[in-house]
Amino acid sequence: MTPLLETRGLTAGYGDFRALFGIDLAVLPGETVAIIGANGAGKTTLLRAIAGVLPCAPDQVRFRGDPVGGLPAEAIVSRGIAMVPEGRRLFPSLSVEENLLIGAHGRRAQGPWTLDAVYGLFPVLRERRASPATALSGGQQQMVAIGRALMSNPALLLCDEISLGLAPVVIRDIYRALPRIREGGAAVVIVEQDIGQALQVADRVYCLMEGRITLTGAPAALSREAIHAAYFGEAA
Amino acid sequence: MEAARVTVATRAGRIAGLAALALVAAGLALPSVAGRAVIQDLFFILTMLTLAQFWNLLAGFGGLVSVGQQAFVGIGAYAMFAGVILLGWDPVAAILLGGLAALVLAVPSAWFAFRLQGAYFAIATWVIAEVTRLAVAQWKALGGGTGTSLPREATADMLLVAAIGDLFGVRDAAARDILAYWLALALAVATTGGIYALLRTRHGLALAAVRDNTEAAKSVGVDAVRLKWLVYLIAAFGTGIAGALIYVQKARISPDAAFSVTDWTAYVIFIVVIGGIGTIEGPILGVLVFAVLQALFADYGSWYLMALGLIGVLTMLFAPRGLWGLISRRTGLHLFPVRRRLDTGPTTPRGD
Amino acid sequence: MIWLDTLVQGVLLGGLYALFAAGLSLVFGIMRLVNLAHGDLIVAAAFLILVLVTWLGLNPFLAALVAAPVMFAAGWVLQRHVLNRTLGPDILPPLLVTFGLSVVLQNAMLQGFSADSRRIPAGALETASLDLGPVSVGVLPLLTFASAVVVIVVLNHVFYRTALGRAFRATSDDLTTARLMGIRPAGVFATATGLAMVVVTIAALYLGMRANFDPSIGPARLIYAFEAVIIGGLGSLWGTLAGGIIIGVAQTAGAAVNPEWQILAGHLAFLIVLLLRPRGLFPRAFD
Repeated sequence: MTPLLETRGLTAGYGDFRALFGIDLAVLPGETVAIIGANGAGKTTLLRAIAGVLPCAPDQVRFRGDPVGGLPAEAIVSRGIAMVPEGRRLFPSLSVEENLLIGAHGRRAQGPWTLDAVYGLFPVLRERRASPATALSGGQQQMVAIGRALMSNPALLLCDEISLGLAPVVIRDIYRALPRIREGGAAVVIVEQDIGQALQVADRVYCLMEGRITLTGAPAALSREAIHAAYFGEAA
Repeated sequence: MEAARVTVATRAGRIAGLAALALVAAGLALPSVAGRAVIQDLFFILTMLTLAQFWNLLAGFGGLVSVGQQAFVGIGAYAMFAGVILLGWDPVAAILLGGLAALVLAVPSAWFAFRLQGAYFAIATWVIAEVTRLAVAQWKALGGGTGTSLPREATADMLLVAAIGDLFGVRDAAARDILAYWLALALAVATTGGIYALLRTRHGLALAAVRDNTEAAKSVGVDAVRLKWLVYLIAAFGTGIAGALIYVQKARISPDAAFSVTDWTAYVIFIVVIGGIGTIEGPILGVLVFAVLQALFADYGSWYLMALGLIGVLTMLFAPRGLWGLISRRTGLHLFPVRRRLDTGPTTPRGD
Repeated sequence: MIWLDTLVQGVLLGGLYALFAAGLSLVFGIMRLVNLAHGDLIVAAAFLILVLVTWLGLNPFLAALVAAPVMFAAGWVLQRHVLNRTLGPDILPPLLVTFGLSVVLQNAMLQGFSADSRRIPAGALETASLDLGPVSVGVLPLLTFASAVVVIVVLNHVFYRTALGRAFRATSDDLTTARLMGIRPAGVFATATGLAMVVVTIAALYLGMRANFDPSIGPARLIYAFEAVIIGGLGSLWGTLAGGIIIGVAQTAGAAVNPEWQILAGHLAFLIVLLLRPRGLFPRAFD
């Protein structure tokens, strides 16, 4: 099966500071892939490069076989990749419903995710649809952010640290939505610091350390020790 | 091994310094060979250069874009006129009053304008200039809306004019022009030298830091507010002095002329933009280009101004560092170097 | 009754200033850009309307209707191909480029139309007045004020009830995330400026019918517009109307005391507000 998303030797950074040193990964259609790693390992940089927020060479990222590296974010969205950014980044001037609607601005295809469908996924949002988005609790804001990304009916959903700053019970609530998202047909890449949660939902896992992939495989095939070593590096 | 030192001087800078000294010496002697028209042209160039250097200090180094410096030109000129007409001072001495008046105006101006940022700061400076113009136009003793001239007694008896007339064998009017020219030369040299010296102090370094990243600068203890005040007041004072000097030479003033946006802001901005913002060499180059354009094309009126505006826009869009920026990038030349470098001893790398 | 009359005149004048300011407010709110050529664009639009009136014999309102899409297109192109290039972290380029534009525009108009004062002929409208009991008001100022209100209502509608307005607000909040939603900033900014130019056209219509204009009066209009925006508070169109009214009332009150003090009075009112409330009277919560 041809991968939906493929990166080859992906190198990216911030000005003179390089954060990624040649990342090779692949995501198959409909798959859920988890990317784990410590703070500063480059996980968010990786998602940003894929989403078009950070520049990279055209051939380093391929989506459905086409080189898309370096294209601006708005072009990437229209091809079918949507991002739930780190820290949610909801629009303070927009209500909950307006935030969801703006997600549909980049809608490029028909698909299961309409406003109603998103409210079905996260019923609490329907009650708070007219509130300013930033007035909601952290967990609810995360739901809005995810719903907003879904509204463009992406083939690939990138989720950057959706559990950040949330209580465990809230995290579980949010991850409960993941199977329904998979049913919709989207492939999902989740970047997580919560390893347990990541291993539970992922078909495959990549571990990043200091800008390089140190481990990859299906969760079942990876031992605790291997993950530990890949996450933190070999003991000095 | 020698301890590392921070140095600023470069070889090109040293050569340029010597060349500048030679130029100034030549400039001083010029009236003995040059005609009155040349002296007047040079006066114009030197005073515009002064205005440009101060605007550049504000905007290019300080990040404060003002489109209201004409307020200080005007108030400086009017204060000088007031000193002559109302207090009976010698016009040359009254130039200092111009600087003082500008300083006095600058304090409340800065206080109001600093409440705003960016483009709104810019327009606020314009409003202040307008308010000053309108207020001054109410000053009946100095001609109100139509303006006035320096009384003949004052200009005839001006300091040194008689001596200069004798020295060069010229009549009073030409001697006045020579005096004005020398003062303008002194002012331009003092301005350029003074700004350069300022930038080499730690205030200059702090200024660059604030311009690049205010928050980061503040986090290392730079008092951004105090710096802005310092730069604004210095620029106001200098602009006021220049304004007073300009009108000593013109000897006739009116609110619309003294507070003209075109003459004292548009031309100045053009000079700095064309020459190169944020460098000391820039305004020097810019004023030379401007002087040539002015000499060749000023007669074309609106077309000329349109062309200037267009050149300014295109330069800002496609060569934002101006002519000097292009030259400097090509050759790596810095005639007034302000960059600090770490000099680690005898094995300093070659070149600039 | 002089004071009531002065007050009413001032309020209605405020409508004109609010029209000057609304376009400025719109563009600044969305892309943090202040166009120093804004006033000159108003004057240019006035000349355009004048040309349509004199060459095609159109009634001024009709001429404005024809001029509006032309100005929209001009603004769209200007933003898309010139001003978009200046947007970024550095404050110098947009200021200096728009200043240069102002110089170019003023002199182009001087060249094309000479420095003569013009007026857009409004026929009976120029002197018609309405008797409202204690005061009588000119129909034209009343119409101007009413138009300002309508423009603000329409702009607010666009901002808060349309997809375009959503895009405007999102772009203003967070450009990077807006692009992640598929919003193309180049087009959004161009549309915003185009829209502002339509408002500018309406402002020009009333400016030209009300009083004489010539190529050099642009900067003063920019200053009034800017003062109204600052007094009102950035981000609030109704605040801009309030700001315009305050300037208008200050000016007419000043003129009533001494005609030479009219403009100065307006500036002083602005400085006083700036003194007491640097963020304006109705600032938006987040900026």
